[in-house]
Amino acid sequence: MSPHIAVRPDLAGITSLLEYRLDTAQPIRELTQVLLRGPSTLTEGERELIAALVSHRNACRFCATAHTAAAALLLGECETVDAVKRDVAAAPVSDRMKALLGIAAKVQASGRLVTADDVAAARAAGATDVEIHDTVLIAALFCLYNRYVDGLASLTPDDPAYYRTLADRIVHRGYTRPPGGPPSAITAAAQNDA
Amino acid sequence: MPHIPVPDDLPGIRGLMAFRPETGRPLSELAEALLVSESPLSRGERETIAAYVSHLNACRFCRDSHAAAARHLLGTQCDLVDAVLVDPAAAPASAKLRALLAIAAKVQASGRLVTADDVAAARAEGATDRDVHDTVLIAAAFSMFNRYVDGLAALTPDDPAAYAEMGRRMGDNGYAARRAGTAASASEPAR
Repeated sequence: MSPHIAVRPDLAGITSLLEYRLDTAQPIRELTQVLLRGPSTLTEGERELIAALVSHRNACRFCATAHTAAAALLLGECETVDAVKRDVAAAPVSDRMKALLGIAAKVQASGRLVTADDVAAARAAGATDVEIHDTVLIAALFCLYNRYVDGLASLTPDDPAYYRTLADRIVHRGYTRPPGGPPSAITAAAQNDA
Repeated sequence: MPHIPVPDDLPGIRGLMAFRPETGRPLSELAEALLVSESPLSRGERETIAAYVSHLNACRFCRDSHAAAARHLLGTQCDLVDAVLVDPAAAPASAKLRALLAIAAKVQASGRLVTADDVAAARAEGATDRDVHDTVLIAAAFSMFNRYVDGLAALTPDDPAAYAEMGRRMGDNGYAARRAGTAASASEPAR
């Protein structure tokens, strides 16, 4: 299916949408940069695990694939992010991260599901107020991204190399707009395949 | 009681933005760009989409504050938002807005539900790419705002007058000036 609106044909997924309307893209990019790359007591890898889990549960293939690749790159292995997506309780992460990922999973379904007990359990496992805040907002932000990407049927490449390149960019350059805009990422042949 | 300590008992998202101004500022700027800046949709129509998605997410704070903003902005058509919250298909909205509200409702549930036919139906009623884009992004953004507000159990006033006041302020002042931690309103002295 082609995108529901006319975006730059040489871009895919969220990148194509962020270029379509720059004045809404700027605060979305800045929010993401602060939450996922700004100073935090959560590692960048831990924050990408939240993004990958929520995107996976929203069945957003573009975001889930990209943030799974970013988490794997930051953590240096693929097993943890795969295990988190399969079963948070059984994943090889700290009790603190299990509690925070559990809150993120509830936020993905509805913010109303998060209870005082969930938050108390996260605190008992060592989570701070800012970590709880950021976990909820990262989960909520990916509920925006996943709906934006799929609601406009933005192009979702099949080629794993696309996501490796994207993960490398968001790990090493972050979420701010590259000067002059993002480089072409999709060849004419790939556009015809998609 | 909120799950995190919000300053000065500020209600709803304002309390959360004051807790963490680094994220509060881009959140305010996104609301300003989506709901106030130039768009083929009127400000009242956009606040109606925001209230409707918040209603579907059962987020009372966002529903009641954005419904109040919509009533304030719609003037003589202030009944529109209340009719949309009851049944958008029967509301006295333009055919274009009804088609866009149907897309917004799908986005609220999952972006994957929006079909090419849904978009074609909106186009047949005059919707442009920008109408479709802005509708999808408003619905997606309120799927974030609603989860943020309820996921942290933000303070939710019971008094309808509190929402009427918020709606007036949002309609008159927009969102960009509502810097977290320095938020001022007509009923509170600036700090």
